[in-house]
Amino acid sequence: MKILVCISHVPDTTSKINFVENNTKFDTAGVQFIIGPYDDYALARAIELKESSGATVTVLNVGLAETEPTIRKALAIGADDAIRVNAHPTDSYFVATQIAEHAKGYDLILMGRESIDYNTGVVHSMVGEMLGLPSVSPVMKLDIDGTTVKMQREIEGGKESVEATLPLVAGCQEPIAEWKIPNMRGIMSARTKPLNVVEPKAVDAAVQFQKYELPPPKGAVKMISEDNVAELVTLLKNEAKVL
Amino acid sequence: MAILVFIESAEGKIKKTSLEAVAYAHAMGDKVSAIALGTVDKGELEAVGKYGAAKVLSVADERLNQGVIKAYASVLAQAMEAEGADTLVLANSSLGTPVAASVAIKVNASLASNAVELPNTSGGFVVKQSIYTGKAFALVDMKKQKKVIGIKKNAVELKEVGGNAEVAAFSANLSDADFATKITNTEKATGEILLPEAEIVVSGGRGMKGPEHWGMLEDLAKELGAATGCSKPVSDIGWRPHHEHVGQTGVKVAPQLYIAIGISGAIQHLAGVNSSKCIVVINKDPEAPFFKAADYGIVGDAFTVVPKLTEAIKAGK
Ligand SMILES: Cc1cc2nc3c(=O)[nH]c(=O)nc-3n(C[C@H](O)[C@H](O)[C@H](O)COP(=O)(O)OP(=O)(O)OC[C@H]3O[C@@H](n4cnc5c(N)ncnc54)[C@H](O)[C@@H]3O)c2cc1C
Repeated sequence: MKILVCISHVPDTTSKINFVENNTKFDTAGVQFIIGPYDDYALARAIELKESSGATVTVLNVGLAETEPTIRKALAIGADDAIRVNAHPTDSYFVATQIAEHAKGYDLILMGRESIDYNTGVVHSMVGEMLGLPSVSPVMKLDIDGTTVKMQREIEGGKESVEATLPLVAGCQEPIAEWKIPNMRGIMSARTKPLNVVEPKAVDAAVQFQKYELPPPKGAVKMISEDNVAELVTLLKNEAKVL
Repeated sequence: MAILVFIESAEGKIKKTSLEAVAYAHAMGDKVSAIALGTVDKGELEAVGKYGAAKVLSVADERLNQGVIKAYASVLAQAMEAEGADTLVLANSSLGTPVAASVAIKVNASLASNAVELPNTSGGFVVKQSIYTGKAFALVDMKKQKKVIGIKKNAVELKEVGGNAEVAAFSANLSDADFATKITNTEKATGEILLPEAEIVVSGGRGMKGPEHWGMLEDLAKELGAATGCSKPVSDIGWRPHHEHVGQTGVKVAPQLYIAIGISGAIQHLAGVNSSKCIVVINKDPEAPFFKAADYGIVGDAFTVVPKLTEAIKAGK
């Protein structure tokens, strides 16, 4: 079985979000970049499947050269090889088009339910539609039995059991697998694993980015004594008007 | 130009977020039709007219009583065509979001997700989207003639603008491929207020010490008509079900009121709650970072403060 895991290269979850150049560029100063947390779950499940059933795992990232340390980390975690589509991931349609271009021939195409920068949660579904494959998201459990894939999908207030056959696209989230931390041997071997850089397919832009905005700053907190809980209720009613 | 709005229902009721999608489309100023898939009560469908839909298409195909993403996308693409709609509006959800993406590819549309405001059409078609888990916004111009817009909760104010809508049957051509993904079982809390839709959320963290103490939070939630949520470690340890996990890697909520009890306020948790209108924090540690993100705070032991709060709310009714 051939598994493709698509990973995003995103700011660490503790990053301060700021913008520069008239709010048109993300401020990378002091920011650590990581494999998207949801993509990391997808990768962890792929590695489990590799260990249990001898699958091969390829990771794919759409990004410029700066994303290579993130890709190498995925290789250190256990992926066999990698593809970097050499382009800035401008929007979900662009990224989905690039993934679809390289996903043919894979049995299982995994990625996170959403990237934590744009949070659109649509790339897996777009790729599925582009390739005419079933796509399921957000998947919290995924088991393969022959060509049947049994999954659990989270829905509002519960979960659904879903079945489909390979090939298939899935957007993953916890608890599909536990995040894996690369060990020393993994880190050493990642250096020599193949990382193929390919040029992007030309795409007619579906959307044109204009600028970023930050929300207005939050006002100061009002502290209330634990002996005067009734005052909180009054404030919630009359001041905040939320009760 | 006409707009089609996909409306979702749960337990026979049209979801509030879907009504917001209708109101959003109405505020865009064009002719609005809504579409509901599966069996939904006619009265419910007619009432969608109050928020601005002139017509509601009802696709009463039993196979659509389950949210089969691909089949839903096929129906919506066909309905856009039949209605001459160049725009589809829907509420982002576990069903709406993937369906929106499939439709966008099928009809060759630009797609926007998590829109928080009406589009600005003064020079282009610019939509403001929530990004970085609510920590920022991006303004994007939707370039294609057709558009699919997913809206975030509270993108518009819900107000009544009209009377009942005309309900018309709509049937679509569906193939076996549309049902290639089979839903074999659904486990869903019934009669509960769903967390992503809730106007009030009572959420507990590791400070609650164990699942046996959740009764106290449930009492408070019941008194407030609230949904219950939790921090990630709480669902990781299995004290609470996974779908209650709030935060960057869990459910993103946008209630009027979020009450955080025994949660430290890690940045990843805050990312899931920063769209709340008002935040109350109860924590025994005055240095807990959550207080910096709160509107109101009480320093104290949850085990004494929470029952007092429940009593005070009862008393104030
Ligand atoms: C990539 C990544 C993603 C993550 N995503 C999420 C996410 O989506 N959601 C999320 O919640 N976390 C997430 N986390 C985890 C996050 O960093 C924190 O570890 C977590 O939110 C802490 O949960 P907590 O506040 O319940 O527990 P703790 O940090 O242990 O805090 C417990 C709090 O309870 C208080 N307390 C203790 N006893 C009492 C009492 N008797 N009365 C009142 N207060 C009391 C303490 O003072 C403390 O502030 C993520 C982490 C990473 C690395």
